[in-house]
Amino acid sequence: MIPKIVLTSGHVDFLKKVSELSGQVVTQCDQCGTCSASCPMVDGMDITPAQMMRLVQLGRREVLESKAMWICASCFACTVRCPRGLDLSKVAEALRQIQLRQAIDHIDIKSIPKDEIERLPQIALVSGCRKFTG
Amino acid sequence: MIPYFPGCTLKTKADFFETSALRVARCLGTELIELPRWNCCGTVTSLTSDDLIHHVAPLRDLIRVEDMNTSGEIYQEYRLVALCSMCFHVLKRAHLRVMQNPGELEKINNLMYLESDYQGKVSVLHFLELLRDIGFPKIQRTVKRPLAGLRVSPYYGCLLLRPKEVAIDDPEDPAILSHLLEALGAEVINNPFKTRCCGSYQTVCDKAAVAELTFDILSRARQEGAECVITSCPLCMFNLADRQKEVREKHPEFEPMPVLYFTQLMALAFGLDDVCGFDQNAVDARPLLQEKGLSTRGAS
Repeated sequence: MIPKIVLTSGHVDFLKKVSELSGQVVTQCDQCGTCSASCPMVDGMDITPAQMMRLVQLGRREVLESKAMWICASCFACTVRCPRGLDLSKVAEALRQIQLRQAIDHIDIKSIPKDEIERLPQIALVSGCRKFTG
Repeated sequence: MIPYFPGCTLKTKADFFETSALRVARCLGTELIELPRWNCCGTVTSLTSDDLIHHVAPLRDLIRVEDMNTSGEIYQEYRLVALCSMCFHVLKRAHLRVMQNPGELEKINNLMYLESDYQGKVSVLHFLELLRDIGFPKIQRTVKRPLAGLRVSPYYGCLLLRPKEVAIDDPEDPAILSHLLEALGAEVINNPFKTRCCGSYQTVCDKAAVAELTFDILSRARQEGAECVITSCPLCMFNLADRQKEVREKHPEFEPMPVLYFTQLMALAFGLDDVCGFDQNAVDARPLLQEKGLSTRGAS
């Protein structure tokens, strides 16, 4: 007999939280993998975008420990190709925000060497701080 | 006169993008005037459903356009032109979001004390869209120095094309830069990676990953026969051009590939030699241009 997946109320709460923050009906994802195939950053990810969606569907908070959401460059390649019309960029943003709103920053801007800061254009620094710091 | 939004990098590291674009527009009979009291758009769109505060900055810029009409500075001109792909994307999405969510617009208007309410009249355009409206035949007639024999590959990146509601062209197979290059007399080289992400803001914390993307995009352009690449985004420019240093550290066989703003090639073709800014590019295109008999007179 195939074991049934049981979601606890904690799992359901996490799924609801991500669904609300992202505005996406995450449960509509049918795991076709088009997002993972379209993602230019997937090589550096520990879990694929499709796996990220599956973990959220199952309400698994450990998705927050994955690197995938931080490696996402918000290029919207998955967004335009998702056959279910889901915006995965918004789901990744919701996961980042859950961490950032707990003051868990992804980068320490002070640790970037001064010559690199001077080399980077303003547009890179502003966008990096917006995406990786709370 | 059409208001335009420069954004942070066009006033600093990409000032030659601004200078060349303004002169090119004037050459085509369009005067772009800098939006008064503009502020940073925020560079990235806030994507969470409950975060309204980050849409205030771009909306304030749109309100300035409506204010210019109210004060009589411009008459019935609600277009706002952006040159940077990221600014274009953020300004346009802020407008679309509040138009689709009137309740959110009311909240955002209430968050601001010193501004007029946003009426939703502004139409955000990328400079390339303005050029398309002006017409490629007119651009072709303005050319004084056709870029004959120069093999150029257009690079679009992400934010001009995705998501679909902001796209200035077909998100999967855009052609607007090809049409422009054809009008300038250049040879267009199609790169299948023309809409592939350059890594964007990942350049702040993972330059190795960005260098790898740059390597793929530029190597493919070269394989297709390109001698240089054009872009419309200062962040793409940094990742594709400046990060070639990191590319060569990992791939010593990689040969430098000049990456230019499309307005630089327009200025070259229009004979606006003093604003081409070729001395500003991270990878020098001047030897290539000299070889093609397209050298500018004077410093740039």
